[in-house]
Amino acid sequence: MELTTIWFVLIAVLWIGYFVLEGFDYGVGALLPVLGRDTADGSVTGETRRRQMLGAIGPFWDGNEVWLLTAGGATFAAFPHWYATLFSGFYLPLLLILVALIVRGIGLEYRGKVDSTRWRRRMDLMVVAGSAVPALLWGVAFTNIVRGVPIDAEMEYVGGFWNLLNPVALLGGLVTLTLFLTHGALFVALKTDGQLRHDARALGLRLGVVAAALAVAWLWIVHASTGTAVSWVLAGLAAVALLAGLAAARAGREGWAFTGTFATIGLATASLFVALFPDVMPSSLDPAWSLTVENAASSQKTLGIMTVVAVVFTPVVLLYQSWTYWTFRRRISGHHIPTEVHPAAVTEETRRRVGAS
Amino acid sequence: MDALDLARWQFGITTVYHFFFVPITIGLSLLVAVMQTRWMRTRDPQWLRLTKFFGKLFTINFALGLVTGIVQEFQFGMNWSDYSRFVGDIFGAPLAIEALLAFFLESTFLGLWLFGWGRIPEKLHLSFIWLVHVGTVLSAYFILAANSFMQNPVGYTINEANGRAELTDFLAVLTNPVQLVTFPHVVAAAYMTGGAFVLAFAIWHLSRTGTPAVDKPIYRKAAKLGAWTVLVASLVVIGSGDVQGKVMTEVQPMKMAAAEGLYEDVPEGVGAPFSIITVGTLDGREEVWALTVPKLLSYLATGSLEGAVEGIDHVQERYELTYSGDELTAAEDYRPVVPVTYWSFRLMMGLGFAGMAIAAAVLWALRGTGSQTGESRLEGHRMWAWAGALVLFMPLLANSFGWIFTEMGRQPWLVMGLMTTQTGVSPGTTTGEVLTSMVVFTLLYGALAVVEVGLTLRYGRAGAEQVPEDPSFDPAHRSDDDAFVFTY
Ligand code: HDD
Ligand code: HEM
Ligand code: HEM
Repeated sequence: MELTTIWFVLIAVLWIGYFVLEGFDYGVGALLPVLGRDTADGSVTGETRRRQMLGAIGPFWDGNEVWLLTAGGATFAAFPHWYATLFSGFYLPLLLILVALIVRGIGLEYRGKVDSTRWRRRMDLMVVAGSAVPALLWGVAFTNIVRGVPIDAEMEYVGGFWNLLNPVALLGGLVTLTLFLTHGALFVALKTDGQLRHDARALGLRLGVVAAALAVAWLWIVHASTGTAVSWVLAGLAAVALLAGLAAARAGREGWAFTGTFATIGLATASLFVALFPDVMPSSLDPAWSLTVENAASSQKTLGIMTVVAVVFTPVVLLYQSWTYWTFRRRISGHHIPTEVHPAAVTEETRRRVGAS
Repeated sequence: MDALDLARWQFGITTVYHFFFVPITIGLSLLVAVMQTRWMRTRDPQWLRLTKFFGKLFTINFALGLVTGIVQEFQFGMNWSDYSRFVGDIFGAPLAIEALLAFFLESTFLGLWLFGWGRIPEKLHLSFIWLVHVGTVLSAYFILAANSFMQNPVGYTINEANGRAELTDFLAVLTNPVQLVTFPHVVAAAYMTGGAFVLAFAIWHLSRTGTPAVDKPIYRKAAKLGAWTVLVASLVVIGSGDVQGKVMTEVQPMKMAAAEGLYEDVPEGVGAPFSIITVGTLDGREEVWALTVPKLLSYLATGSLEGAVEGIDHVQERYELTYSGDELTAAEDYRPVVPVTYWSFRLMMGLGFAGMAIAAAVLWALRGTGSQTGESRLEGHRMWAWAGALVLFMPLLANSFGWIFTEMGRQPWLVMGLMTTQTGVSPGTTTGEVLTSMVVFTLLYGALAVVEVGLTLRYGRAGAEQVPEDPSFDPAHRSDDDAFVFTY
């Protein structure tokens, strides 16, 4: 295989890794206000449920985010023109994604640091917005990449901001958003206990039906214009995986249900990359101006060195990340959530609450 | 202001901001690992308390290093796309390797360390914080290799067919002479910062009258550890900084001349003086009064007290001759902003020395308090609380000024000798777009600074919590599940 093809595949793998992994923690973050509510009988508070949800993604989300950073770095190294055109062209959406990732990270890390309802509400809002915005915008961005955008002879994107928000791209955004929400709900069902587990499974089923309808329409439109036989097959398999996952969720098999959405997201992303190849950013103005694996690539020397690095270290990363998931495989139930708070987190409000009770 | 100026300001602001958290992360991860290792070795619960105390502060700080780092990763493509096209073949590789080797390591094992308290075998758990530290140092190595290429391009060739720089020797990029001196300098400067951080909170608690007597020994331990770290690391910083000066004079003579505001050549055998402080015109051409050390500049630049040092005017002439023919390298002026280079260089060194002095003073004041009870000269004296507040910021700001010197002193070059800053900016990006991102980042970073400083002070003041392993521990304070104390 050509080195440029190998790198196209590796970058596809990094994006797939990012979406299948961070997809669920975006979903969990965005679902905080939906799943994190007091139970009807008042036995479990919304706060406890939110902390169960956050505890479930706690050890993982940062490691998941690094898949994105690696995808970005690898694109820079292997296809500098792709990196340059994409990041300077999709400027404002990327800015939004960056802001979202910043407020989300801060919300997650600082939420437990001050014991006050107002503080937690504010941090939750940051986590919710910071999870939903990238979940939506990556779908918009990828639809545009695959379907082509105005790129001139100098490899510069000349389409402006509004051009990116075309109807098909927005549909793509809704697809990634609903898929990640489903993925997240099923992750909560898999990783928690009690009423929350059941609520999450039921919600995952309902969201999954919406996601399936949107995804089928979107995959159809995208592959009808740029698809190949292989990409159609992958898209079809993605749809089958989603249905199988939902069936498993109905049957109460949470592990298989989560595997189903995991496969769906992976296969759908793979189908996009197959449809894209050998372009990396097709030009809608003139096919001759498209960025391809050939004209956007680094030299053979750089690609060769990077191949060795990737082949040696990617398996190591996969090993220790998988081991993390194994280490924290235990379900988190409400009674794992400590009532004790750190003395520094105490506020006036805490003192009043403790004094009153 | 046009898109170029804005992009430059944005890069400067966001990297300097990122680099407030970077040295604390590198330094504190080492010290927390040392504290936890001491706990495992000695089973002295005081070390466990310190591990948890500074571990908390470490996570508060790490969060901001992380989120601001993501911006850096994308910024090259967003604002500097022509630069990315020109050097991507070389520059992208260390960035990608940094993510694959270092960021995965840091983030995965930090998660394991934070959430693994009490549920993973102790020795394994200890190895996690060490792996986090190794990750931060690896991260520094690769990002500095990328930066060193910009200071002194090596291992490349210009491909005439597509007009870009292409890699010929990756090992040369990773062992760039600039890199080999910058790396120890930056990492040691980070250790100074981490040491000063520990020192600052420790002496603040010691000097306060409200600190319970039983808690004092643990802050003495921390103060000593922090102060020794500052002192030992500062020796490496000074030693490597000295070599850096010589390498820099070789590859970027303009930067050294601008560091002193030296306009005219000083020939061999005379010995150029180094001014500690100068009063004169802003660009340093006319001087009214100066406190100078004879021959020191010659020593810094060449290693010999009488070595020749090239002046700004001469380098300017040479560069005009060499570089004015090509669009990528032509510039009206090859001189950086001299007042900035002059003062940032002095502030870097001055603040570093001041930090050393405070660390030494603290060790002196703590003399003879090795045992658990001995009161030291620090205790109950508010003056030392001020010293703590100062020492917290000294190495930190020295780092910032060091980078401002390095990066501003490189101007107008983006890649020394190959590409000027103005030719690297994204051609298609509008002023409005860069302005938007600039405003957004400024507001967001401002708000985050308030939150982070607030939390750091809050947890820093609260002091080291009791642990169940402590003999004086009150069981009423035990939380349900120790594993979750560190988490959300
Ligand atoms: C000398 C060291 C050094 C320097 C010069 C830089 N960084 Fe940095 N960076 C670190 C040392 C570091 C670190 C200590 O390793 C951090 C701090 C917090 C963390 O997560 O790791 C980090 C974090 C960090 C992260 C988040 C990593 C994560 O998610 O765990 C990214 C993406 C970057 N950096 C990228 C950059 C880029 C593109 C830089 C160039 C402009 C840069 N950093 C300068
Ligand atoms: C973390 C420490 C760093 C700090 C504090 C820092 C600071 C700065 C500052 C102040 C400028 C603006 C100079 C000017 O425009 O006059 C700048 C420019 C720049 N630096 Fe750094 N820098 C750091 C590390 C790096 C690294 C590691 C890289 C590359 C890997 C890098 C790449 C650049 C680039 C591309 C510019 C171009 C913009 C410009 O010249 O204005 N910097 N930096
Ligand atoms: C007296 C001792 C010092 C000397 C002689 C010295 C020398 C230097 C020199 C020559 C550079 C520029 C390197 C280049 O442009 O390639 C530099 C950069 C820098 N210095 Fe120092 N320095 C000293 C002390 C410090 C201290 C105390 C700190 C912080 C605690 C510090 C932090 C930095 C940083 C972060 C940089 C930028 C990164 C780099 O390129 O190395 N320095 N120093």
